[in-house]
Amino acid sequence: MSMAERVLMKGNEAIAEAAIAAGCRHFFGYPITPQTEVAAYMSKRMPKIGGIYLQGESEVASINMVLGAGAAGVRVMTSTSSPGISLMAEGISYIAGSDVPCLIVNVQRGGPGLGGIQPSQADYCQATKASGHGDFHMLVFAPSTVQEMVDLVAGAFELGDKYRMPAMILSDGMLGQMMEPVTLPEPRDMRDDKEWAARGHDGKRAHNVINSLYINPQELESLVKARYEKYAVIVENEQRAEEYLADDADIIVVAFGASSRVSRSAVDMARKSGIKAGLVRPITLWPFPEKFLAKHAGHAKTFLSVEMSMGQMVDDVRLAIKCSRPVEFYGRTGGVIPTPKEVYDAIVRINGGGQR
Amino acid sequence: MSDLNILLAGFGGQGILFTGKVIAYAGMMEGSEVSWLPSYGPEMRGGTANCSVCLSDRAIGSPLVVTPDVLVAMNLPSLERFEDDVVPGGLIIVDSSIISKKVSRTDVKAIYLDASGIAEANGLKGAANMVILGRMFKETGFCSEENLDKGLQKSIPPKKAALIDSNRKAIRLGMES
Repeated sequence: MSMAERVLMKGNEAIAEAAIAAGCRHFFGYPITPQTEVAAYMSKRMPKIGGIYLQGESEVASINMVLGAGAAGVRVMTSTSSPGISLMAEGISYIAGSDVPCLIVNVQRGGPGLGGIQPSQADYCQATKASGHGDFHMLVFAPSTVQEMVDLVAGAFELGDKYRMPAMILSDGMLGQMMEPVTLPEPRDMRDDKEWAARGHDGKRAHNVINSLYINPQELESLVKARYEKYAVIVENEQRAEEYLADDADIIVVAFGASSRVSRSAVDMARKSGIKAGLVRPITLWPFPEKFLAKHAGHAKTFLSVEMSMGQMVDDVRLAIKCSRPVEFYGRTGGVIPTPKEVYDAIVRINGGGQR
Repeated sequence: MSDLNILLAGFGGQGILFTGKVIAYAGMMEGSEVSWLPSYGPEMRGGTANCSVCLSDRAIGSPLVVTPDVLVAMNLPSLERFEDDVVPGGLIIVDSSIISKKVSRTDVKAIYLDASGIAEANGLKGAANMVILGRMFKETGFCSEENLDKGLQKSIPPKKAALIDSNRKAIRLGMES
């Protein structure tokens, strides 16, 4: 495949090809709708390029294979959908507690429980705040187009390596299943030469240990604190968001991923009818792009969080602007995708309220 | 062309998703922004299949077509479910070899095409979807004829290249219908 060529690809297939281009040669996973195309694509491609594709007996097994491969220093990933992440929670915590980088893809579906298989964003809190037990964070990226599914993959691997921590692409069934034109990146060779990795060295150095068990509480506390110093650096340096018509906006819509696409259409409709609406689209969900919101708190009268959940991001928006403006919410959940008209109507309601 | 939002709907196995892919690829060859969003999951297995295709000269917002400019209905449940959603002045193409019901709206253009009949009469059984595509192309002119053909070629994997000609023939029959 010529790399500069634009091709139509499903988000799920594009993310897999992007991971291969980024040098990932190890994939461990378990099928689940609406994510299965990632695993299916990897099962076809990996054997042809000297990589490893292995379907674990469960998500629990798969994430522990990711921990093992990551500990050995190779670029490794898994992908699943919402219930699968819940099953992986223990392993994700172990990975974070072992300072092992990896890429985890969540193509979200409706929940809780087995829920449904239609697109959802109801794993926001799980991804950004509670991916497992203990004090830790993951880098969380939220693509909104198939091209961005591709573009964020290499960066997620790189930042994961740089900070030695797990990174997640938080996608959803809509982005995973839809096709859009993409330009794939040039493939790169990855040298797996991480000096901390636990792998064979012919006795030439002291052996490395990858571990998350620390019986001595003082030792564990100091490790966790060191990790949180690293997180502070990430919060300072790695926030990313896209702003659309936000600079003069009275109403700032905040939305990521699939709901940001709907919101962009709604903002266009609002502008056409003379309402000064704008959009701030978080690209990183952790770190949350609070700087990109705080800068608009002066001129915006109201913020509107639009989500495919019951409003899991609302509190983060409130904190980002230090509750200086009202933060309204519009959302659909359970696998229902909001329409641009619904979001536009929410903007109009807020606008009317502002004029009274 | 500015925006064209297309909803294709029918039974699984009628080639709904493939038809959408050809349209999306043809639009892409034309230089448009395009998106293709299928229904997925259990409803695809023996039930209804539908597919949203957006063509635009701007970045596409929601890829889910809620108010189609063009509805292609290849079975009765699809016509009944989506007829009211079509924008006023929009186009509904009905596969009349499968659906005997008429479009009840008067503010849209309705076309009744015996797509399966036309396909079968020309030895192209199973290509009703391409006959309809040809007619939709004729009605909307959403891309050039050259790019429509490129879109078809792009949508068929090299292993199945032998199928290009029969699909091409079916599209031609639709254009001339």
